[in-house]
Amino acid sequence: MPIQSLFGPPPPPSLFDRFKKAVTSTRDTLAAKLEEATRGKIEVDQALLDQLEVTLLAADLGITTTTELLKAVKTRASSTTAQAGDTSTQVRDILKDELLGILTRSGSGAPANPTAEPPVVLMLVGVNGVGKTTTIGKLAHQLKGNGKEVLLCAADTFRAAANEQLEVWAQRSHTEMIRQKPGADPSAVLYDALAAAKSRGVDYVIVDTAGRLHNKSNLMAELEKMKRTAGRLIPGAPHEVLLILDATTGQNGVLQAREFLQAAGVTGIVLTKLDGTAKGGVAVAIARELNLPIRYVGIGEQRDDLVPFNPKLYVDSLFE
Amino acid sequence: MFENLTEKFQRVYKNLRGEGKLTEEHINLAMGEIRTALLEADVNVKVAQDFIERVRAKALGSEVMTSLSPSQQVVKTVHDEMIALLGGQAVKLRFKSQPPSVILMAGLQGSGKTTTSAKLAYWLSRNGHRPQLVSVDVYRPAAREQLKIMAQNAGMPIFEGPPGENSPYELARLARREAIMSGRDTVIVDTAGRLHIDQQLMEEMKKLREQLEPTEILFVADAMIGQDAVNSAAEFHAKLGLTGIILTKMDGDARGGAAISIRQVTGQPLKFIGLGEKFDAFEMFHPDRVAGRILGMGDVLSLVEKAEQAMDAKKARELEKRMFAADFSLEDFREQLKQVRKMGPMDQVLGMLPQVGPLQGLSKAKVDERELTKTEAIISSMTVKERNNHQIINGSRRKRIAVGSGTSVQEVNRLLKQYVQAKRMMKTFSSGFMGRKLAKMKLEEMFQGQPQ
Repeated sequence: MPIQSLFGPPPPPSLFDRFKKAVTSTRDTLAAKLEEATRGKIEVDQALLDQLEVTLLAADLGITTTTELLKAVKTRASSTTAQAGDTSTQVRDILKDELLGILTRSGSGAPANPTAEPPVVLMLVGVNGVGKTTTIGKLAHQLKGNGKEVLLCAADTFRAAANEQLEVWAQRSHTEMIRQKPGADPSAVLYDALAAAKSRGVDYVIVDTAGRLHNKSNLMAELEKMKRTAGRLIPGAPHEVLLILDATTGQNGVLQAREFLQAAGVTGIVLTKLDGTAKGGVAVAIARELNLPIRYVGIGEQRDDLVPFNPKLYVDSLFE
Repeated sequence: MFENLTEKFQRVYKNLRGEGKLTEEHINLAMGEIRTALLEADVNVKVAQDFIERVRAKALGSEVMTSLSPSQQVVKTVHDEMIALLGGQAVKLRFKSQPPSVILMAGLQGSGKTTTSAKLAYWLSRNGHRPQLVSVDVYRPAAREQLKIMAQNAGMPIFEGPPGENSPYELARLARREAIMSGRDTVIVDTAGRLHIDQQLMEEMKKLREQLEPTEILFVADAMIGQDAVNSAAEFHAKLGLTGIILTKMDGDARGGAAISIRQVTGQPLKFIGLGEKFDAFEMFHPDRVAGRILGMGDVLSLVEKAEQAMDAKKARELEKRMFAADFSLEDFREQLKQVRKMGPMDQVLGMLPQVGPLQGLSKAKVDERELTKTEAIISSMTVKERNNHQIINGSRRKRIAVGSGTSVQEVNRLLKQYVQAKRMMKTFSSGFMGRKLAKMKLEEMFQGQPQ
């Protein structure tokens, strides 16, 4: 199955442009700084490396990933015959190649079509305020557009007006939603939703969860319980557990990913709010350290503003 | 796993401590470690460089104090510099001489503006003000509903506006009028989250400012934010003229280096921090305390302040006396547990303890609140006689207590064993190193509810 098959036909030609537009700010800064850093230089000297380091750090790639990338630039540049005036391109190509290598190794890109029998269960997790509910709205809209039957599960029973917010998205995407009273056990809502999904024969269930900081052990245990509940009712569920990551997040993102991976078995990342000036570089650090693929990118507040992540496009847009 | 900033600094200083004399090389080594720590803590890369340079210059400079060892001097320089960077003194909110004063909340999406608005209202009401809330977020689904529910939970008045009213300006205007009519002295205006590069929404914010003439425009920022913090904060400040910063989600394990970055690019003071989802999990920002926390000197003052609020002073004094007098009964233990829990979630309370000496690492102990609830239940299921003399608790009494508290005999046994050990330890608590060491072990054990 082709990687885009979750959303049916391949994305429209405008996708590259939209993606590119979203990361333009990132590209401009990086490319401009690279240009500046390498102008007039013939070989990769320490001053150039220092400038590159600042540039990469400022993109939230983190010190470990940055150090590794710079090491690669150093080794590979020295083993390649440098030509005068060529260093900028050379350095750019090496960085591009290294970044792409990290993303490819983690298997980043839209998820393959699930082989499981429907209903396929997608669970969205993350810390507070990253955009879980909005992402669900967008996912539901896209799946619906591809003729899939979708059921939403409002398992954020904690935050004030979480039900109401998801309700609005359910109406916009013309999907049904299972909810209970605020304060109900999220696992109970999940149980209801999955039972309903089975009897109604829907294709997808998308589960909203309450935002939680990853260092609260009781709340993380709640996620584990939800996962067990899903698996009891539908073997293999949840089939995808998506960690929603705000592109403005700094190095704490790595800790978030690690904890959510452990408690909820995260299978992929959605990088939201990439339409700002933040670079979302921590997602690359996560892909590298935890081998977690980046699946989608959020680029706005409209329901169409969720696009599958494409590593090649991402890296190309950074450097072209 | 990253070390936190505290641990990192401590390791650096430990190395420095072993040296009798401080050379330039030592300073450079320490500065390198500190730079890494600052970067891992999401301090902006340029801000971190400035900071390092200032500390290096001062450490190498002429400010020699004979009373300090060279390593202590570096510690002191870093600490002083951090406090200076964070803004020296705690800064209070400004109010108009003629009420109502308007506080405008601004920030990116998901930074926590709505929750913070409700918390700020609650905080103001506890500090002699009469606040009123209004949400002018007409964009995000159910945003106004969210503030309404939170306001109701906190018992704060909220202006909802006429049904169907969808103009932020009109909502704000009516809310202000309502505040005047009902004698409210502060109007807190919760706005929609927006990107700093969104021209249209930034324009809206500007108009709101012109219309409302707020005394405070507070930038609400997520403690987890990374390098981009400087861009959004600088842009918000350039467009609106921020007057203060609130850092949210400080109950997470993000090291909050953004505080330093945002402070640096806006020049505006940090005024509050958010520490949880409850409406009272909100405190004034104290630069000296937060710098101290970062450097491992503990946030003892915050803890004392909380304790003063939660504890009955007289009870506390009595307890303290009995604790060291070795007639510390289970009744006393339960009372103490209750008092401590009133101060907030255990992990938060422990997080404020100093990260040096015997208490080092204690805050990391995963505290299970349910375990504490169980402990309380077990003691509550004892008779008064049993609580005052644990030795009479035999097998059949243990069985009864287990049934009464909904626990097992094993759990009752474990608690009694811990109590006996704690009691023994209390005696030595005040007398020297070993006592303190034991105290730490026992504390960890009791908070985790695990037998060692």
